[in-house]
Amino acid sequence: MTPTRTFATAGRVLLQIRNDPRTIALLLVVPSLLIGLVAWIFDETNVFATIGPAILALFPFIVMFLVTSISTLRERRSGTLERLLSMPLGRGDFILGYALAFGLLAIVQTAIAVGFATWVCGLEIEESLWLLFAVAIADALLGTALGLLASAFARTEFQVVQFMPVLIFPQILLGGIFLPRDQLPEVLEVIGDWLPLSHAIDALNAVSTGAEAVSYIWLRILFIGCWIVGAVIVGSLTLRRRTP
Amino acid sequence: MVIDGLDLTVPKGAIVGLLGPSGSGKTTLMRAVVGVQIIAGGSLTVFGQTAGSASLRHRVGYMTQQASIYDDLSVRQNLRYFARIQGAPLADVDRVIERTDLTGQADRLARTLSGGQANRVSLAAAMLGSPELLVLDEPTVGLDPVLRADLWDIFRGLADDGTTLLVSSHVMDEATRCDRLLLMREGELIADTSPHALLETTGADTAEDAFLAIIESEESRPAHSRTHLLAGGSRQTRRGGRAERTRKSGAR
Repeated sequence: MTPTRTFATAGRVLLQIRNDPRTIALLLVVPSLLIGLVAWIFDETNVFATIGPAILALFPFIVMFLVTSISTLRERRSGTLERLLSMPLGRGDFILGYALAFGLLAIVQTAIAVGFATWVCGLEIEESLWLLFAVAIADALLGTALGLLASAFARTEFQVVQFMPVLIFPQILLGGIFLPRDQLPEVLEVIGDWLPLSHAIDALNAVSTGAEAVSYIWLRILFIGCWIVGAVIVGSLTLRRRTP
Repeated sequence: MVIDGLDLTVPKGAIVGLLGPSGSGKTTLMRAVVGVQIIAGGSLTVFGQTAGSASLRHRVGYMTQQASIYDDLSVRQNLRYFARIQGAPLADVDRVIERTDLTGQADRLARTLSGGQANRVSLAAAMLGSPELLVLDEPTVGLDPVLRADLWDIFRGLADDGTTLLVSSHVMDEATRCDRLLLMREGELIADTSPHALLETTGADTAEDAFLAIIESEESRPAHSRTHLLAGGSRQTRRGGRAERTRKSGAR
């Protein structure tokens, strides 16, 4: 693994996105539009103040999952991955390159979404914005890591999109957005407590309400970090130089 | 697919053609040489090292069957990225663009290129860093005769500069452009010869007829004596420079 090759890969991924203005527009504008829609739906209530932070956690996660799983699937299918692995590129360069590029993209995406949520929709953030970005980046990297993993088990674009309901929806359902986790049936509560998105939602709630200590938030980020490392390790095992 | 004791010693700067019908195992053999194929048993060495080992990745260039380049990058952006991965100087990008006659398309997105142009970008990427051995998997497939001739001119130019090329094709007529020929059928190497010897031994007029003649004589022979059928007429001596050597005792 070398920094030159990692940065070259990150630069190449960003360049691919830059050559595709429509994707940039969708990535950057859609989260704000949806946040605006949710705020509008709950205009007369205080629901938005409760679920707003959780929604901020969803975007980097879902979007990066989709973008990574589809782009790595494309690399596998187009032969570019095979070419790269016959060259002096480490598997770590490949994964870290993607993580860097999408992490950066997640920062920009979150900045716009948070700006819109706070200034236009009136969402209140008590803790520092830096903590919020730290959670959002961890979230985006989690999406990237799981997307990489999903792409290994899909042979077509149709299949990879179907992995979203499999890997993402249960985390949203059990994460405490619909019903606080302590009110779930016991088994589901335990499962929900171990899922990474639950911790991202908890962390963002804490950032917005300021009700918990900063260490509580970092502990949540650490938990997400463990999931990222695990998913990256399993994902990198699926990037084989030699294939049948 | 099983290839027993194939020992290829190829002089530097030679074009070795790997010919055979679709599905005969050409791609499998080439992927094994590059080191991206899972080999069920046996060993394969290139330049004296296990195929696919880290030090070989600088010395062997590989062009896959489909143009493996990024659709949403321009020709130059594609090549700059591959150059940085290969560790080649960026000046190399201009060299391979010129060499493959892509100067006019350098700033176009790869998805807007024609099939022949995309193929040449893929070839250019394999040429980055001037590897000693180029493994090209059906580089001329689906191209019109003019483009095919252009590509073969590029290959000959590379060989003249000292690059050794392993080129696969299922167009038998391309056999005559190679220095040495390996004919494959159903996962077996049925002949190891030169274009001249191929025509002479079989008495055929065209490479295509010669291939058919070999298959016919193959079918009347016992299975165990199959490989190296024509090897007698094809032994090549090392001509100047380092020779590339592959040894293969079994691949799936």
